[in-house]
Amino acid sequence: MNILVCVKQVPDTEEIKIDPITGSLIREGVAAILNPLDACALEAAVRLKEAYGGKVTVLSMGPPQAKEALKQCVAVGADEAVLITDRAFKDADTLATSYALSMTAKQLGEFDVIVCGKHTLDGETGQVGPQIAEHMDWSQVTHVMDMKVEEGKLVAVREMEDGREVVEATLPCVASVTKASYTPRYPTIKSKLAAGKKEILTLSADEIKNLDKERIGMSGSRTKVAKSFSAPTGQAGMVIQEETGEATGRKLARILHEAKLV
Amino acid sequence: MDKSLYKNIWVYVETTEDGIAKVSLELLSEARKIADAAAEKLVAVLVGSDLDAAVETVCDSGVDEVIVVDAKTYQTYSTDAYTFVFAQLCKKYKPSVLFMGATDNGKDFAPRLACRLNTGAIADTTELYYNPETKDVEWTKPAFGGNLMATIVCDETRPQIGTIRRGVFKIMPAEKKQDVVITQEDIATPQEMIRTLVKEVIAEKATKDIKIEDAEVIVAIGRGVKEQEQTAMFAELAEMLGGALAVTRPLVDKEWYTAKCQIGQSGKMVSPKLYIGCGISGAVQHTAGMCSSDVIVAINTDASAPIFGVADYAVVGDMFEVVPALIDELKKIRQ
Repeated sequence: MNILVCVKQVPDTEEIKIDPITGSLIREGVAAILNPLDACALEAAVRLKEAYGGKVTVLSMGPPQAKEALKQCVAVGADEAVLITDRAFKDADTLATSYALSMTAKQLGEFDVIVCGKHTLDGETGQVGPQIAEHMDWSQVTHVMDMKVEEGKLVAVREMEDGREVVEATLPCVASVTKASYTPRYPTIKSKLAAGKKEILTLSADEIKNLDKERIGMSGSRTKVAKSFSAPTGQAGMVIQEETGEATGRKLARILHEAKLV
Repeated sequence: MDKSLYKNIWVYVETTEDGIAKVSLELLSEARKIADAAAEKLVAVLVGSDLDAAVETVCDSGVDEVIVVDAKTYQTYSTDAYTFVFAQLCKKYKPSVLFMGATDNGKDFAPRLACRLNTGAIADTTELYYNPETKDVEWTKPAFGGNLMATIVCDETRPQIGTIRRGVFKIMPAEKKQDVVITQEDIATPQEMIRTLVKEVIAEKATKDIKIEDAEVIVAIGRGVKEQEQTAMFAELAEMLGGALAVTRPLVDKEWYTAKCQIGQSGKMVSPKLYIGCGISGAVQHTAGMCSSDVIVAINTDASAPIFGVADYAVVGDMFEVVPALIDELKKIRQ
């Protein structure tokens, strides 16, 4: 099987701080990491390769430093890594991103499956996977927690809100995976060293065949961020605090009762 | 693109075996306000099979028009068929906005549909505002793990397509419109166009527990609870109030509870009549999921806990002392 995995380098949200005045992200000093669900997507792809043979290629769009995330992928099972990097890709929404990724995928070869993480930590949209599928005119399966190939079709288990669903999809297919059963493996010292030496194929916008420049970056985007701000906090209401916790609890009961809340 | 050619506010009303998805009714309530602000019609769109009962319910929900696509092909959801149907409808009727619930299926086909129509899609919105000057909907969604709220617009193309999280809007009693126009659309999706097939549905084992998104009262606990035995008193309080017990992420990570009980960014949005947070500090990841509750009670030993910023009743004290006394006193009052 020839498998492509789309990954993104994102800021570690655990460390994120918001400028209280401008409401924008303070990116300085914040670690960039491989999007955690993309690590699961890679794990899913490597398991498919182990089961059916073939090759796993990872693809990312981002600044030159996103090579780090790609090397991390090579250390845990990716055979090839490709970065498309160009100022022309900047400020792309999911439509422009998925277009650029799909055009690159078409150039890189004939893939059977493209695997994506369910969503990224930064934008949290979950839209790139389905939109790649649309650009490729392939089938798609989202929320995949397990998959295999049977009789030339992808059989995937979807993790749904009220249970699970087994779906059969024609190949080629775009699958976006959830964390559930795809705990990423750890690299070994040896695989890390090898990944460090691995050459990452880097392509600019001009190097992607038939790429319509009007459809990438900001000009290819159909949505824009009008503003961003930190999540609101309000004013405290009535404070209830007595001498002891027990007295506080009893007072709370009476207040809730009088307010007809219980 | 001439945006003025696109008119009316559409809501995709999702139906399941149990009837209309609650989030669709929530959206009809909110979309009614937007349609009024824009002086446009509110149109409910139903796609599925045997939809008569659902159509009847929707007609009572304050809509001006209903579009129905009813055929066996649509009984089970498939990305390809639903994308095809909505693309056909959008090309024919040119709606300005298409709202749908951020459900498994809504999130699956909304981005694909937007891509096919070469327009913008916005995912997992928690606030909507119609800007009368630009005539655009302003969609606000949490990002970066709930650390940031981003307001997004689709200002150059139509339709504007987006999914909205369940539980963020309330279902308001609606005034039934006279003469709701119901249009049956006969759209056949060729079978070979549908590239996926649902082989099996494995339902979660039936539980009598109230779903947190449906509960009128929620007692929430988090990492303040160190031992699993300690959860009993909170479960008792929830049961006593006819509500549900909900948790924050650390207790899901410990595998004491499933994600179905989790409130917040990566969990569910809830808006009960009464929310009682016990020992929860109130990280934005959590408060983003519960701040639209009618009444918020927060119990915490730390008077400077961020959750007090959104609380109506800020209870300063040790929850392991406060809650047993609260239960005991409530029992006395009820006698």
